[in-house]
Amino acid sequence: MAHVVFTQQLKRFTEVPEVDTPAATLREALQAAFDRNPRLRGYVLDDQGHLRPNVVVFIDGRRSRERVLLNDALTLDSQVHVLQALSGG
Amino acid sequence: MTATRAWAATRKGLFELQRSSRSWDVARVSFLAEPVSMVLPPIGGSGRMLAALNLGHFGVKVHASDDAGVTWREVDTPTYPPQPEGAEGPAWKLVQIWSMEAIHGAIWAGTLPGGLFKSSDGGEHWQLVDSLWSRPERLGWFGGGYDVPGIHSILPHPTRPGELLLGISCGGVWGSREGGMQWELQAKGMRADFMPPDQAGDENTQDPHLIASCAAVPTAVWCQHHNGIFRSTDGSQRWQELKPPITGFGFAVAAHPREPGTAWFAPAVKDEKRVPVDGALFVHRTRDGGQTFEALRTGLPQKDCYDLVYRHGLVVDDTGRSLLMGSTTGNLWASDDAGESWVEVSGHLPPIHAVRFG
Repeated sequence: MAHVVFTQQLKRFTEVPEVDTPAATLREALQAAFDRNPRLRGYVLDDQGHLRPNVVVFIDGRRSRERVLLNDALTLDSQVHVLQALSGG
Repeated sequence: MTATRAWAATRKGLFELQRSSRSWDVARVSFLAEPVSMVLPPIGGSGRMLAALNLGHFGVKVHASDDAGVTWREVDTPTYPPQPEGAEGPAWKLVQIWSMEAIHGAIWAGTLPGGLFKSSDGGEHWQLVDSLWSRPERLGWFGGGYDVPGIHSILPHPTRPGELLLGISCGGVWGSREGGMQWELQAKGMRADFMPPDQAGDENTQDPHLIASCAAVPTAVWCQHHNGIFRSTDGSQRWQELKPPITGFGFAVAAHPREPGTAWFAPAVKDEKRVPVDGALFVHRTRDGGQTFEALRTGLPQKDCYDLVYRHGLVVDDTGRSLLMGSTTGNLWASDDAGESWVEVSGHLPPIHAVRFG
Protein backbone atom coordinates (compact mmCIF):
# COMPACT_ATOMS: atom_id res chain seq x y z
CA MET A 1 0.00 0.00 0.00
CA ALA A 2 1.37 3.41 -0.95
CA HIS A 3 1.57 5.73 2.02
CA VAL A 4 0.58 9.39 1.54
CA VAL A 5 1.55 12.11 4.01
CA PHE A 6 0.65 15.81 3.78
CA THR A 7 2.60 18.72 5.20
CA GLN A 8 1.51 19.52 8.72
CA GLN A 9 1.43 23.17 7.62
CA LEU A 10 -1.99 22.30 6.23
CA LYS A 11 -3.32 21.31 9.65
CA ARG A 12 -4.08 24.91 10.51
CA PHE A 13 -6.55 25.02 7.62
CA THR A 14 -8.09 21.59 7.28
CA GLU A 15 -7.85 17.95 8.31
CA VAL A 16 -4.85 16.19 6.77
CA PRO A 17 -5.34 12.44 6.82
CA GLU A 18 -2.43 10.03 6.31
CA VAL A 19 -3.66 7.37 3.93
CA ASP A 20 -2.52 3.93 2.84
CA THR A 21 -3.83 3.17 -0.60
CA PRO A 22 -3.44 0.57 -3.33
CA ALA A 23 -3.43 3.45 -5.86
CA ALA A 24 -1.27 2.89 -8.93
CA THR A 25 -0.74 6.59 -9.71
CA LEU A 26 -0.18 9.79 -7.80
CA ARG A 27 -3.57 11.18 -8.82
CA GLU A 28 -5.36 8.11 -7.52
CA ALA A 29 -3.44 8.29 -4.28
CA LEU A 30 -4.33 11.95 -3.79
CA GLN A 31 -7.94 11.15 -4.54
CA ALA A 32 -7.91 8.57 -1.76
CA ALA A 33 -7.01 11.36 0.65
CA PHE A 34 -9.57 13.74 -0.86
CA ASP A 35 -12.23 11.08 -0.34
CA ARG A 36 -11.46 11.30 3.38
CA ASN A 37 -11.51 15.11 3.35
CA PRO A 38 -12.97 16.70 0.19
CA ARG A 39 -11.92 20.18 1.36
CA LEU A 40 -8.27 19.10 1.11
CA ARG A 41 -8.44 18.90 -2.68
CA GLY A 42 -8.54 22.67 -3.17
CA TYR A 43 -5.41 23.13 -1.07
CA VAL A 44 -3.35 20.76 -3.21
CA LEU A 45 -4.92 21.06 -6.67
CA ASP A 46 -6.19 24.10 -8.55
CA ASP A 47 -9.49 24.61 -10.40
CA GLN A 48 -8.32 22.44 -13.28
CA GLY A 49 -7.04 19.59 -11.11
CA HIS A 50 -3.39 20.53 -11.61
CA LEU A 51 -0.88 20.58 -8.78
CA ARG A 52 -0.75 24.08 -7.28
CA PRO A 53 2.40 25.97 -8.31
CA ASN A 54 3.71 26.17 -4.75
CA VAL A 55 2.94 22.61 -3.72
CA VAL A 56 5.58 19.96 -4.30
CA VAL A 57 5.26 16.17 -4.22
CA PHE A 58 8.06 13.73 -3.45
CA ILE A 59 7.61 10.08 -4.37
CA ASP A 60 10.15 7.74 -2.80
CA GLY A 61 12.54 10.64 -2.35
CA ARG A 62 12.22 11.92 -5.92
CA ARG A 63 10.48 15.20 -6.73
CA SER A 64 7.58 14.68 -9.09
CA ARG A 65 7.83 16.87 -12.18
CA GLU A 66 4.53 15.93 -13.77
CA ARG A 67 2.11 18.51 -12.38
CA VAL A 68 -0.86 18.25 -14.75
CA LEU A 69 -1.68 14.61 -15.31
CA LEU A 70 -0.22 13.50 -11.96
CA ASN A 71 0.36 10.09 -13.49
CA ASP A 72 3.59 9.15 -11.72
CA ALA A 73 3.47 5.41 -11.07
CA LEU A 74 3.37 4.23 -7.48
CA THR A 75 4.38 0.88 -6.05
CA LEU A 76 2.81 -0.81 -3.09
CA ASP A 77 5.78 0.43 -1.05
CA SER A 78 5.76 4.03 -2.27
CA GLN A 79 6.11 6.85 0.21
CA VAL A 80 4.41 10.02 -1.01
CA HIS A 81 5.03 13.37 0.68
CA VAL A 82 2.90 16.37 -0.28
CA LEU A 83 4.73 19.48 0.87
CA GLN A 84 4.64 23.24 0.48
CA ALA A 85 7.34 24.50 -1.85
CA LEU A 86 9.64 27.20 -0.53
CA SER A 87 8.99 29.05 -3.78
CA GLY A 88 5.67 30.21 -2.43
CA GLY A 89 6.83 31.36 0.93
CA MET B 1 -25.51 56.76 11.29
CA THR B 2 -21.80 57.23 12.03
CA ALA B 3 -19.94 53.97 11.63
CA THR B 4 -18.69 52.37 14.82
CA ARG B 5 -17.08 49.30 13.30
CA ALA B 6 -14.73 48.81 10.39
CA TRP B 7 -12.43 46.19 8.94
CA ALA B 8 -8.95 46.16 7.49
CA ALA B 9 -8.05 43.25 5.22
CA THR B 10 -4.28 43.01 5.21
CA ARG B 11 -1.30 40.99 4.05
CA LYS B 12 -1.24 39.31 7.44
CA GLY B 13 -4.76 39.04 8.71
CA LEU B 14 -8.18 40.61 9.09
CA PHE B 15 -8.35 43.41 11.66
CA GLU B 16 -11.64 44.43 13.23
CA LEU B 17 -11.67 48.09 14.23
CA GLN B 18 -13.96 49.58 16.85
CA ARG B 19 -14.52 53.27 17.33
CA SER B 20 -12.95 54.57 20.54
CA SER B 21 -12.74 57.90 22.31
CA ARG B 22 -9.44 58.57 20.51
CA SER B 23 -10.41 57.34 17.04
CA TRP B 24 -10.36 53.63 16.26
CA ASP B 25 -8.83 50.66 18.07
CA VAL B 26 -8.04 47.15 16.89
CA ALA B 27 -10.62 44.99 18.62
CA ARG B 28 -9.88 41.60 17.08
CA VAL B 29 -7.55 39.91 14.61
CA SER B 30 -8.68 36.95 12.54
CA PHE B 31 -6.54 34.83 10.22
CA LEU B 32 -3.37 36.26 11.77
CA ALA B 33 -0.42 35.93 9.39
CA GLU B 34 -2.61 34.89 6.45
CA PRO B 35 -3.20 37.19 3.47
CA VAL B 36 -6.78 38.49 3.37
CA SER B 37 -7.50 39.98 -0.04
CA MET B 38 -11.04 41.23 0.64
CA VAL B 39 -13.66 41.29 3.37
CA LEU B 40 -17.42 41.56 3.08
CA PRO B 41 -18.73 43.23 6.27
CA PRO B 42 -21.82 41.87 8.04
CA ILE B 43 -24.69 41.87 5.59
CA GLY B 44 -27.81 43.91 6.27
CA GLY B 45 -27.60 44.02 10.04
CA SER B 46 -26.94 40.29 10.37
CA GLY B 47 -23.71 38.76 11.62
CA ARG B 48 -23.09 37.08 8.28
CA MET B 49 -19.83 38.14 6.71
CA LEU B 50 -17.17 36.71 4.41
CA ALA B 51 -13.41 36.89 4.20
CA ALA B 52 -11.40 35.98 1.13
CA LEU B 53 -7.98 34.53 1.84
CA ASN B 54 -5.20 34.20 -0.69
CA LEU B 55 -2.89 31.61 0.81
CA GLY B 56 0.55 31.74 -0.69
CA HIS B 57 0.88 28.00 -1.23
CA PHE B 58 -2.61 26.66 -1.04
CA GLY B 59 -4.74 29.00 -3.09
CA VAL B 60 -7.79 31.16 -2.54
CA LYS B 61 -10.18 30.27 0.27
CA VAL B 62 -13.43 31.80 1.50
CA HIS B 63 -14.44 31.81 5.15
CA ALA B 64 -17.84 32.78 6.53
CA SER B 65 -18.83 34.08 9.93
CA ASP B 66 -22.34 34.19 11.38
CA ASP B 67 -21.36 36.16 14.47
CA ALA B 68 -19.69 39.23 12.93
CA GLY B 69 -16.22 37.82 12.84
CA VAL B 70 -15.99 36.11 16.23
CA THR B 71 -15.85 32.62 14.72
CA TRP B 72 -15.23 31.49 11.16
CA ARG B 73 -15.59 28.37 9.05
CA GLU B 74 -14.50 27.61 5.54
CA VAL B 75 -17.12 27.60 2.79
CA ASP B 76 -16.84 26.80 -0.89
CA THR B 77 -14.36 28.73 -2.96
CA PRO B 78 -15.46 30.11 -6.33
CA THR B 79 -14.10 27.62 -8.84
CA TYR B 80 -13.76 27.90 -12.59
CA PRO B 81 -15.31 25.12 -14.66
CA PRO B 82 -13.10 22.75 -16.67
CA GLN B 83 -11.19 24.72 -19.28
CA PRO B 84 -12.08 23.58 -22.78
CA GLU B 85 -9.14 22.34 -24.77
CA GLY B 86 -7.62 25.14 -26.84
CA ALA B 87 -9.48 27.89 -24.97
CA GLU B 88 -7.61 31.17 -25.39
CA GLY B 89 -6.84 33.67 -22.69
CA PRO B 90 -5.68 33.19 -19.13
CA ALA B 91 -5.97 29.80 -17.47
CA TRP B 92 -9.37 29.13 -15.95
CA LYS B 93 -7.88 29.15 -12.48
CA LEU B 94 -8.82 31.40 -9.57
CA VAL B 95 -5.92 33.69 -8.67
CA GLN B 96 -7.55 36.08 -6.21
CA ILE B 97 -10.89 37.39 -4.98
CA TRP B 98 -10.55 41.12 -5.50
CA SER B 99 -14.04 42.40 -4.70
CA MET B 100 -17.18 41.27 -2.89
CA GLU B 101 -20.57 42.97 -2.59
CA ALA B 102 -23.89 41.84 -1.16
CA ILE B 103 -27.29 43.17 -2.16
CA HIS B 104 -30.82 41.90 -2.74
CA GLY B 105 -30.03 38.44 -1.39
CA ALA B 106 -27.07 37.89 -3.69
CA ILE B 107 -23.34 38.08 -3.08
CA TRP B 108 -21.09 38.95 -5.99
CA ALA B 109 -17.37 38.21 -6.11
CA GLY B 110 -14.99 39.73 -8.65
CA THR B 111 -11.84 37.79 -9.31
CA LEU B 112 -8.55 37.59 -11.06
CA PRO B 113 -8.45 36.30 -13.86
CA GLY B 114 -11.62 38.28 -14.66
CA GLY B 115 -14.54 36.05 -13.70
CA LEU B 116 -17.59 37.30 -11.82
CA PHE B 117 -19.15 34.80 -9.41
CA LYS B 118 -22.55 34.90 -7.73
CA SER B 119 -23.79 33.24 -4.57
CA SER B 120 -27.45 33.04 -3.66
CA ASP B 121 -26.92 31.29 -0.34
CA GLY B 122 -24.79 33.69 1.63
CA GLY B 123 -21.50 32.58 0.12
CA GLU B 124 -21.83 28.86 0.82
CA HIS B 125 -21.70 28.07 -2.92
CA TRP B 126 -20.72 30.06 -6.00
CA GLN B 127 -21.58 30.09 -9.67
CA LEU B 128 -19.50 31.65 -12.43
CA VAL B 129 -21.50 34.29 -14.33
CA ASP B 130 -21.07 32.71 -17.71
CA SER B 131 -22.82 35.52 -19.60
CA LEU B 132 -19.81 37.74 -18.87
CA TRP B 133 -17.09 35.08 -18.94
CA SER B 134 -18.18 33.95 -22.39
CA ARG B 135 -18.13 37.44 -23.90
CA PRO B 136 -15.61 37.44 -26.78
CA GLU B 137 -14.30 40.82 -25.60
CA ARG B 138 -12.89 39.12 -22.51
CA LEU B 139 -10.01 37.81 -24.56
CA GLY B 140 -9.02 41.43 -25.20
CA TRP B 141 -8.61 42.13 -21.48
CA PHE B 142 -5.15 42.02 -19.91
CA GLY B 143 -3.54 42.35 -16.53
CA GLY B 144 -3.21 45.69 -14.75
CA GLY B 145 -0.91 45.28 -11.76
CA TYR B 146 -1.25 41.51 -12.00
CA ASP B 147 -0.45 38.96 -14.68
CA VAL B 148 -4.12 38.48 -15.51
CA PRO B 149 -7.13 40.80 -15.69
CA GLY B 150 -9.34 41.24 -12.66
CA ILE B 151 -12.68 42.62 -11.49
CA HIS B 152 -11.96 45.01 -8.62
CA SER B 153 -15.15 47.09 -8.58
CA ILE B 154 -18.70 45.81 -8.21
CA LEU B 155 -21.36 48.52 -7.94
CA PRO B 156 -24.81 47.02 -7.48
CA HIS B 157 -27.69 49.39 -8.16
CA PRO B 158 -29.25 50.13 -4.76
CA THR B 159 -32.83 49.51 -5.87
CA ARG B 160 -32.74 47.46 -9.08
CA PRO B 161 -31.71 43.83 -8.42
CA GLY B 162 -29.25 42.42 -10.90
CA GLU B 163 -28.19 45.80 -12.22
CA LEU B 164 -24.45 46.10 -11.76
CA LEU B 165 -21.50 48.12 -12.87
CA LEU B 166 -18.12 46.39 -12.94
CA GLY B 167 -14.66 47.94 -13.09
CA ILE B 168 -12.00 45.73 -14.64
CA SER B 169 -8.22 46.18 -14.86
CA CYS B 170 -7.72 46.13 -17.73
CA GLY B 171 -11.10 45.56 -19.31
CA GLY B 172 -13.00 48.83 -18.98
CA VAL B 173 -16.35 49.30 -17.27
CA TRP B 174 -19.19 46.87 -17.89
CA GLY B 175 -22.83 47.29 -17.04
CA SER B 176 -25.57 44.73 -16.62
CA ARG B 177 -29.25 45.54 -16.87
CA GLU B 178 -30.72 42.08 -17.22
CA GLY B 179 -30.02 40.52 -13.85
CA GLY B 180 -26.49 39.67 -14.87
CA MET B 181 -27.55 37.97 -18.09
CA GLN B 182 -26.69 40.79 -20.53
CA TRP B 183 -23.59 42.96 -20.47
CA GLU B 184 -22.64 46.21 -22.12
CA LEU B 185 -19.24 47.86 -22.31
CA GLN B 186 -19.59 51.35 -20.80
CA ALA B 187 -16.25 53.16 -20.90
CA LYS B 188 -16.91 55.83 -23.53
CA GLY B 189 -14.75 58.87 -22.92
CA MET B 190 -11.97 57.12 -21.03
CA ARG B 191 -8.43 57.46 -22.31
CA ALA B 192 -5.63 54.87 -22.17
CA ASP B 193 -2.15 56.30 -22.74
CA PHE B 194 -0.66 52.83 -22.35
CA MET B 195 -2.25 51.75 -25.63
CA PRO B 196 -1.13 52.61 -29.16
CA PRO B 197 -2.39 56.16 -29.91
CA ASP B 198 -5.11 55.06 -32.29
CA GLN B 199 -6.50 52.70 -29.64
CA ALA B 200 -6.40 55.09 -26.68
CA GLY B 201 -10.17 55.32 -26.71
CA ASP B 202 -10.79 51.57 -26.95
CA GLU B 203 -13.33 50.93 -24.22
CA ASN B 204 -12.38 47.28 -23.70
CA THR B 205 -8.78 47.95 -22.67
CA GLN B 206 -9.27 50.86 -20.28
CA ASP B 207 -7.75 50.55 -16.82
CA PRO B 208 -10.20 51.97 -14.31
CA HIS B 209 -8.29 51.47 -11.06
CA LEU B 210 -11.53 51.79 -9.13
CA ILE B 211 -15.06 53.02 -9.75
CA ALA B 212 -17.43 54.27 -7.04
CA SER B 213 -20.93 55.67 -7.20
CA CYS B 214 -23.09 57.91 -5.01
CA ALA B 215 -25.53 55.68 -3.11
CA ALA B 216 -28.36 58.24 -3.28
CA VAL B 217 -27.71 59.18 -6.91
CA PRO B 218 -26.25 56.04 -8.49
CA THR B 219 -25.97 57.66 -11.91
CA ALA B 220 -23.13 59.74 -10.42
CA VAL B 221 -20.08 57.53 -10.89
CA TRP B 222 -16.42 58.33 -10.25
CA CYS B 223 -13.38 56.59 -11.65
CA GLN B 224 -9.79 56.73 -10.54
CA HIS B 225 -8.24 55.56 -13.80
CA HIS B 226 -4.67 54.66 -14.63
CA ASN B 227 -4.56 57.82 -16.73
CA GLY B 228 -6.45 60.24 -14.55
CA ILE B 229 -9.76 60.93 -12.88
CA PHE B 230 -13.04 60.54 -14.75
CA ARG B 231 -16.64 61.21 -13.85
CA SER B 232 -19.94 60.08 -15.29
CA THR B 233 -23.29 61.69 -14.54
CA ASP B 234 -25.38 59.24 -16.52
CA GLY B 235 -24.64 55.90 -14.95
CA SER B 236 -21.47 55.23 -16.97
CA GLN B 237 -22.94 55.89 -20.40
CA ARG B 238 -20.31 58.58 -20.98
CA TRP B 239 -17.24 59.63 -19.01
CA GLN B 240 -15.60 63.05 -18.75
CA GLU B 241 -11.98 63.48 -17.73
CA LEU B 242 -11.32 65.83 -14.82
CA LYS B 243 -8.19 67.87 -14.27
CA PRO B 244 -7.00 67.95 -10.66
CA PRO B 245 -4.25 70.53 -10.30
CA ILE B 246 -1.51 68.49 -8.60
CA THR B 247 -1.78 64.97 -10.01
CA GLY B 248 -4.51 62.77 -11.37
CA PHE B 249 -2.75 59.48 -10.70
CA GLY B 250 -3.80 57.12 -7.95
CA PHE B 251 -5.76 53.99 -7.25
CA ALA B 252 -8.53 54.78 -4.79
CA VAL B 253 -11.74 56.80 -4.91
CA ALA B 254 -14.57 57.14 -2.40
CA ALA B 255 -17.93 58.61 -3.40
CA HIS B 256 -20.08 60.63 -1.01
CA PRO B 257 -23.21 58.62 -0.14
CA ARG B 258 -25.63 61.53 -0.75
CA GLU B 259 -23.84 64.37 -2.52
CA PRO B 260 -23.26 63.35 -6.16
CA GLY B 261 -20.65 66.07 -6.68
CA THR B 262 -18.41 65.01 -3.79
CA ALA B 263 -15.63 62.41 -3.89
CA TRP B 264 -12.23 61.75 -2.34
CA PHE B 265 -9.06 60.45 -4.00
CA ALA B 266 -5.65 59.33 -2.69
CA PRO B 267 -3.09 60.59 -5.20
CA ALA B 268 0.42 59.44 -6.06
CA VAL B 269 2.89 61.10 -8.42
CA LYS B 270 2.37 59.04 -11.56
CA ASP B 271 2.40 55.56 -13.02
CA GLU B 272 6.17 55.19 -12.93
CA LYS B 273 6.48 56.88 -9.51
CA ARG B 274 3.90 55.46 -7.15
CA VAL B 275 4.63 57.52 -4.05
CA PRO B 276 3.09 60.71 -2.61
CA VAL B 277 4.00 63.96 -4.33
CA ASP B 278 7.12 65.43 -2.65
CA GLY B 279 6.94 62.83 0.12
CA ALA B 280 3.84 64.51 1.53
CA LEU B 281 0.56 62.63 1.73
CA PHE B 282 -2.73 64.31 0.96
CA VAL B 283 -6.27 63.46 -0.01
CA HIS B 284 -7.91 65.12 -2.96
CA ARG B 285 -11.51 66.14 -2.45
CA THR B 286 -13.91 67.67 -4.88
CA ARG B 287 -17.32 68.99 -3.86
CA ASP B 288 -18.38 70.48 -7.16
CA GLY B 289 -18.38 67.51 -9.47
CA GLY B 290 -14.69 67.74 -10.21
CA GLN B 291 -14.46 71.36 -11.30
CA THR B 292 -12.12 72.08 -8.38
CA PHE B 293 -10.11 69.93 -5.99
CA GLU B 294 -8.87 70.59 -2.47
CA ALA B 295 -5.66 69.00 -1.17
CA LEU B 296 -6.44 67.92 2.41
CA ARG B 297 -3.27 67.42 4.43
CA THR B 298 -4.01 68.13 8.12
CA GLY B 299 -2.86 65.21 10.23
CA LEU B 300 -1.26 63.35 7.35
CA PRO B 301 2.56 62.98 7.14
CA GLN B 302 4.08 65.85 5.18
CA LYS B 303 7.70 64.72 5.14
CA ASP B 304 9.49 61.55 4.05
CA CYS B 305 6.24 59.72 3.39
CA TYR B 306 6.18 56.94 0.81
CA ASP B 307 2.79 55.37 1.46
CA LEU B 308 0.64 54.21 -1.42
CA VAL B 309 -3.10 53.83 -0.95
CA TYR B 310 -4.20 50.96 -3.08
CA ARG B 311 -7.58 50.46 -4.76
CA HIS B 312 -9.66 49.49 -1.77
CA GLY B 313 -7.74 51.55 0.77
CA LEU B 314 -10.01 54.62 1.01
CA VAL B 315 -13.63 54.49 2.17
CA VAL B 316 -16.33 56.78 3.49
CA ASP B 317 -19.20 55.81 5.79
CA ASP B 318 -22.94 56.33 5.31
CA THR B 319 -22.81 59.82 6.83
CA GLY B 320 -20.23 61.12 4.38
CA ARG B 321 -18.23 62.43 7.35
CA SER B 322 -16.10 59.49 8.51
CA LEU B 323 -13.33 58.16 6.31
CA LEU B 324 -10.63 55.55 6.68
CA MET B 325 -7.49 55.35 4.60
CA GLY B 326 -4.98 52.50 4.75
CA SER B 327 -1.70 52.18 2.90
CA THR B 328 0.47 49.41 1.55
CA THR B 329 3.03 50.48 4.15
CA GLY B 330 0.58 49.49 6.89
CA ASN B 331 -0.46 52.93 8.03
CA LEU B 332 -4.11 53.61 8.78
CA TRP B 333 -5.65 57.07 9.16
CA ALA B 334 -9.16 58.19 10.08
CA SER B 335 -11.11 61.37 9.54
CA ASP B 336 -14.38 62.40 11.15
CA ASP B 337 -14.79 65.70 9.33
CA ALA B 338 -15.06 64.60 5.72
CA GLY B 339 -11.31 64.56 5.23
CA GLU B 340 -10.52 68.03 6.59
CA SER B 341 -8.28 66.48 9.25
CA TRP B 342 -6.90 63.02 9.93
CA VAL B 343 -5.56 61.06 12.87
CA GLU B 344 -3.28 58.06 12.71
CA VAL B 345 -5.06 54.90 13.86
CA SER B 346 -1.97 52.70 13.52
CA GLY B 347 1.46 52.95 11.99
CA HIS B 348 2.27 49.28 12.35
CA LEU B 349 -0.32 47.23 10.54
CA PRO B 350 0.64 44.82 7.75
CA PRO B 351 0.23 46.10 4.18
CA ILE B 352 -3.44 47.04 3.86
CA HIS B 353 -5.39 45.56 0.96
CA ALA B 354 -8.83 46.91 1.82
CA VAL B 355 -10.68 48.91 4.46
CA ARG B 356 -14.45 48.79 4.87
CA PHE B 357 -17.05 50.13 7.26
CA GLY B 358 -19.84 47.92 8.55
